[in-house]
Amino acid sequence: MTDTASTAEQPEAPAPDPNAVQVTINGVAHTARKGQLVIEAAAEAGEYIPRFCYHERMAPVGKCRMCLVEADSGRGPAVTVSCMVQVAPDMKINTESPTVKRMQEGVLELLLANHPLDCPVCDKGGECPLQDQAFSHGPGESRFVEEKRHYEKPIPISELVFLDRERCILCDRCTRFASEVAGDPLIHFTSRGNNTQVNTFPDEPFASYFSGNTVQICPVGALTAKPYRFKARPWDLDQTESTCTSCAVGCRTVVQSSRDEVLRYQGVDNDAVNWGWLCDKGRFGFEATNSESRLQGPAIRSGDGFTSVGWNDALDQAATLIKAAVAAGGASAVGVIGGARGTNEDAYAWARLAHDVIGTPNVYAHLADALRSEILEMPRATINEAASATTIVLLAPDLKEELPVLYLRLRDAAEKKRSRIIEFTARKSGLSKYAWKSIVSRPGDEVEAVRQALTEPEIAAQIAKGDVVVVAGKANLAALGTLQTDAILKVLEAAPGAKVLPAYRRGNIVGAVQLGMNPGPGGNSTAKILADAAAGTVKCLVLLGVDLVSDFPDAQTVERALSSGVSIIAVDTFLSPTAQRANVVLAAAAAGEKNGTVTNIEGRVQTVAQKINVAGTSRPDWMIATELAARLGKDLGFTSVDSVTEAIAASVPAYADITPTALKSARDGLLAVPTPSASLQPSGQQAEPANGYDYRLIVSRELYDLGINNQMSPSLAGLARGLRLHMHPSDLERVGVADGASVRITTERGAKVVTVHGDAGLARWTVWMPFNQPGGSVNDLISASGLVADARIETV
Amino acid sequence: MTTYPWAAGYVAGDRPQIVTSRFHYEDSYTLERYLASGGYEGLKAALAKAAPAVHEDVKGATVLGRGGAGFPAGTKWGLTPAGKYPRYLVVNGDESEPGTYKDRLLMERDPHQLIEGCLIACYAAGLSQCFLYIRGEMALAHERVGRALNEAYAAGYVGKNILGTKFSVDIALHWGAGAYVVGEETALIESLEGKRGEPRLKPPYFPAAIGLYGQPTIVNNVETLSNLPWLLCNGVEAYTAIGTQTSPGTRMVAVSGHVKRPGVYEIINGTTTFRDLLYGDEFCQGIRNGNELKAFVPGGGSAPWFTPEQLDLPFEGRLVGAAGSMLGSGAIMVMDSTTDIPKAALSLTRFYAHESCGQCTPCREGGTWLERILSRICDGHGTSSDLDLLIEVGTSICPGDFPHASSTKLGLEATPFPYKMTTICFVGPSAYAPVHSALTLFREEFEAKIVKRTSIPVTVGH
Amino acid sequence: MSRLNAANLEIAREIMSRYPVVRSATIPLLHLSQEQNGYVTREAMQQIAELVESTAAEVYGTASFYEMFKFEPIGKYCVNICRSISCHLVGGDDLVEHAEHVLGIKPGGTTADGLFTLEAVECMAACTEGPTLQVNYRHRFRVTHQDFDQLIDDLRAGRLDAEIPPHGTLARERQHIPADKAAGNVSPDTPITPAWMEAAQ
Ligand SMILES: Cc1cc2nc3c(=O)[nH]c(=O)nc-3n(C[C@H](O)[C@H](O)[C@H](O)COP(=O)(O)O)c2cc1C
Ligand code: SF4
Ligand code: FES
Repeated sequence: MTDTASTAEQPEAPAPDPNAVQVTINGVAHTARKGQLVIEAAAEAGEYIPRFCYHERMAPVGKCRMCLVEADSGRGPAVTVSCMVQVAPDMKINTESPTVKRMQEGVLELLLANHPLDCPVCDKGGECPLQDQAFSHGPGESRFVEEKRHYEKPIPISELVFLDRERCILCDRCTRFASEVAGDPLIHFTSRGNNTQVNTFPDEPFASYFSGNTVQICPVGALTAKPYRFKARPWDLDQTESTCTSCAVGCRTVVQSSRDEVLRYQGVDNDAVNWGWLCDKGRFGFEATNSESRLQGPAIRSGDGFTSVGWNDALDQAATLIKAAVAAGGASAVGVIGGARGTNEDAYAWARLAHDVIGTPNVYAHLADALRSEILEMPRATINEAASATTIVLLAPDLKEELPVLYLRLRDAAEKKRSRIIEFTARKSGLSKYAWKSIVSRPGDEVEAVRQALTEPEIAAQIAKGDVVVVAGKANLAALGTLQTDAILKVLEAAPGAKVLPAYRRGNIVGAVQLGMNPGPGGNSTAKILADAAAGTVKCLVLLGVDLVSDFPDAQTVERALSSGVSIIAVDTFLSPTAQRANVVLAAAAAGEKNGTVTNIEGRVQTVAQKINVAGTSRPDWMIATELAARLGKDLGFTSVDSVTEAIAASVPAYADITPTALKSARDGLLAVPTPSASLQPSGQQAEPANGYDYRLIVSRELYDLGINNQMSPSLAGLARGLRLHMHPSDLERVGVADGASVRITTERGAKVVTVHGDAGLARWTVWMPFNQPGGSVNDLISASGLVADARIETV
Repeated sequence: MTTYPWAAGYVAGDRPQIVTSRFHYEDSYTLERYLASGGYEGLKAALAKAAPAVHEDVKGATVLGRGGAGFPAGTKWGLTPAGKYPRYLVVNGDESEPGTYKDRLLMERDPHQLIEGCLIACYAAGLSQCFLYIRGEMALAHERVGRALNEAYAAGYVGKNILGTKFSVDIALHWGAGAYVVGEETALIESLEGKRGEPRLKPPYFPAAIGLYGQPTIVNNVETLSNLPWLLCNGVEAYTAIGTQTSPGTRMVAVSGHVKRPGVYEIINGTTTFRDLLYGDEFCQGIRNGNELKAFVPGGGSAPWFTPEQLDLPFEGRLVGAAGSMLGSGAIMVMDSTTDIPKAALSLTRFYAHESCGQCTPCREGGTWLERILSRICDGHGTSSDLDLLIEVGTSICPGDFPHASSTKLGLEATPFPYKMTTICFVGPSAYAPVHSALTLFREEFEAKIVKRTSIPVTVGH
Repeated sequence: MSRLNAANLEIAREIMSRYPVVRSATIPLLHLSQEQNGYVTREAMQQIAELVESTAAEVYGTASFYEMFKFEPIGKYCVNICRSISCHLVGGDDLVEHAEHVLGIKPGGTTADGLFTLEAVECMAACTEGPTLQVNYRHRFRVTHQDFDQLIDDLRAGRLDAEIPPHGTLARERQHIPADKAAGNVSPDTPITPAWMEAAQ
């Protein structure tokens, strides 16, 4: 603020800011902003007003009464709730008058009256606003001699969160969060007056993907997270800011550790991305980093098992395999797949190795679960642009399941009536109930659904208002994304200035693709690389943190590839089902163990930070790539993470400004978006008409699945809901089965018996199954290579 | 001057009857009787004028709100943001303030009068839909108002194109489920939205601007609305001819406690004094058993107490406010010389502690704490420091001077109403009001209950 | 049968139709469920949540705020004696004690035969007629101890069945808005000036 004032030396006085409101705070003049709350204006003026219920990201409720001040708007000092009342011109705010002090002492004494005062055994002790306030504003000793309120000690309100009602001060933060921010009002105040408490509906857990946030925003120790309970005291924790790589939203986090173990993630409030929130998968997924099953060092296959070897041996072996493949089939006989789980530096180093050193075009970060990378070359919307667009068009997977915090942001846009959401989907999503229009159609009919919708005057008029953002992603893992892409292009045609926010899921998928984990001239997609491996033309696979066996939506192709005699180099943090098939396993550093940058869906480059030492001798990917390159006869020239970051800036146009120095002063990171180019053309293809006998199959992900990180995080491992099949209730009737019974599903790839449930959110003649769930996989039923996938459903 | 058995507690008299004129008919609640006694004529008179003219009438007559705050209805209607629609009417029939008993009578004895009042209000203020919220525990009132609504719909007085005009409005009968605080208008709205009855903060949630479903909403008391048919039939002049300029018309007051003839009286506003009421022949006829008057609560359980010194005050809001209390909901509770003052204070404080919605700290924690201290004093377990503690806890709810009446005997100067408060609504302070009055006026009675002991066992069982 | 039965479900839908925002029907539907079962069941709350488009936790949060809702079976007759100031001044507390003695239970308790639940409650708007009580929300005024004994006798003997239905039933006549007479809901989202106001402008 002061910078601009001093640099802009303008001769004439600037026009008075229409948003400025002059107030006095404790006798000192201060310029506040119109509509600003007194508590915020005071904070800006350096006067911290104590508070418990107020939270910047939620509607104020003024319940705890801790923030009372005196404000005089011309009629004498009045008791004023600073978290609810906005500044007014010439308001005289007093935050330290005797009345204010008396009120603060009074409220604190009353808050503590029924509080157990068990700070020494409380997780929150040391970082507890109540404890801090009691020291600085409290009356000293309690005069409350009565018996306190008693409740059963901590009760689990979900798989992840415990509630201690005796410590609760009823500030309404967790409950407000649940209904206002998460849209999961599954915890609520119950009873009244002195018996008021927070609780769930009896025996119905607070099953929210966002439950961990309530622990973070609880101003006392009433809510505690299972993964952190009794693990450490705040003063033992050491912390650093980083970015969550659990999905591609890129939430800012603080990573906290003690004795070289990551203990807690907290959301950081940044305006651009997550507003302080995290999903539970992101928040608690750090457990995987600490897992005992982590690879501790490189290994090479010997017979059915592996032998631990030193890095030199392992890298030599890897180099040998690559050279042999090139010798036998040329450079394109090497396929390099993955890279979305690492940093930009990791991806860039591997891409250089693949494209420049080995010279193969067969490089790809996608696993047939995303729309083609050209999406990234369209005019890109930021998350903030999407969450404030006049119209948001969703042609994407269920964001609540795949990009949870993006879901929160878009939900907020709809709830606060900033934006109207038009959703095209084959199955109602988490956002459907907030959508202005939610148009459900069968897979295969998506282009037609868009075409028709656009002819509706109401929708056409809405689109014509401009400021449209299309959230674009692949909604169905059982099919190619071609028709989805065509539908997206159809929307863009009707809304020429529209921007696109890609709904890519994997942590650093955007960074990986933008930095070269993308096919070179003549190169192929992952599915084709695998098919070529099966056919013997691809002879060596380098797998960068990908678990093809569980994570690729075509098990048959994967199996054929892996058992074809292809040599496999797996760079991973765990010995995943795929890594178990490798010839060489190179142990990679995990999140929290390395520095670098990542790029989120909007192209925002943010830093990730090393907080603890690597597991065993594992190494960051960029280092592994660099050393492997050396063994293949080329020096990539990377000596440190920063040197890779600088190399990216020097050679990738979109990243030109993204240097280590620039990143240091960019609190919200920096955008790296390629110059738009219109390289995607509609395919014009049409799905085979449905034959009136088969059901269209849709397969998509849920937040919790058998993903290796998820499974290696004990708190999350049990949350996957399991394999099942959904169909429209009338289709259930047609098949003649009851909800909860079993049916046989048969596809071109095989058959399976699964439990079936009615789901009115599906189009008729459509069935849905979740991907990568316990209780049997679905990837052996699908191929992801057709425009649509059909299945037969029969009783058993 | 009979107490009619079918209007338990109501005492008529030789005074103007604006809202109780039909109470003496046994079938006063039927449409037939209503029509036979001038019913729906006020509505017709209203519909004959343009809506703003009706609004002007209500403004001109200064119809004061009868729910507690005494705010003029016409002025309140004018506070809705111009041109913002829809607007709603919510009728406050939640009557639960200790000592208050009038709205239930009006709903049970003359539901059509209330319905007609609602219609006039909706017409005048452009309110598109009306919700008539009746306290849950009033089964008979539901039945009577429900039946009256069914009759009125059938006869075309409510609903679509009322009496063949463009005026259309639905009145939905809604009922509560037992929570005093829901009588507070913003809590009433929350409750009507299907939520917990927690008062909203004003500002910004002034119902006239942001009310039901976030829309401009008028909340009026049953008695307030019941005044409108008479007003429209008889005109502004006739209305303002009764009472005083600042307090025109009549008011229903309930006098309970230690008087010879407790009852609900429709009195002339502004001129009737407390002495008239408590001692007058046509009213309560003096204190029972020939006892002395010790104190009285002039305006519902939350009002600071008066003593015989304030008997000559008239029933006029501003004067009563300046004297250190309020008229509130028109409920007077009379305590004679036999009254155990600490116990009476406990009864009142317990009420408000029990009825706290629980959202603000000072009320939730402070109210209960006050109740606990009072009950241990009444049980003989109090200590001398408890009396100061009561004031201290009270000060955490109401910082600064608390209103009280003057007393020459105690050398007290009146501290005018209202008070400062740390709470969202008046329930918190109301828990303290009786404690403060009782302690200020009758401290010796508390002291007499305190066994001379300076410390008490750490926990007191219940 | 603890969800709403078919007849009540129909009543529920009619009640819901009277509100522009369906969640407003929460409390009336809770009463309906209490009328059907004598108390509010878990299943009813879940069902109401579906009907009014909220969650069971929200419905329970609302329901548990209000005193009239019971979450476990109580007596056929809920006898509520007022203990607030006006009744207190004229013997309300004595009446509670007497009732405890007669019924052999403390406030909050239910007699072994399941007939009576006793509650000491706050002001019930009959302050000039204390001591006051309600049986299933039907008032009794100036209740002497003899009156109380008689009342209990009468209830036991079923002599008041015509006047006092079992716990849960409030009004026995419901509001019904005939479709052809209804003005219709006015949704908060339709900023329409009422017709008669337009004429006035
Ligand atoms: C705690 C509290 C309880 C109240 N209870 C009632 C009540 O039971 N009935 C009522 O009409 N007004 C009650 N009021 C007053 C209402 O908030 C509101 O002022 C009134 O309904 C407005 O109607 P009026 O302007 O016609 O008086 C209460 C206010 C408070 C603060
Ligand atoms: S003062 Fe009491 S009743 Fe009123 S809002 Fe606060 S807690 Fe609720
Ligand atoms: S912070 Fe303002 S009332 Fe709680």
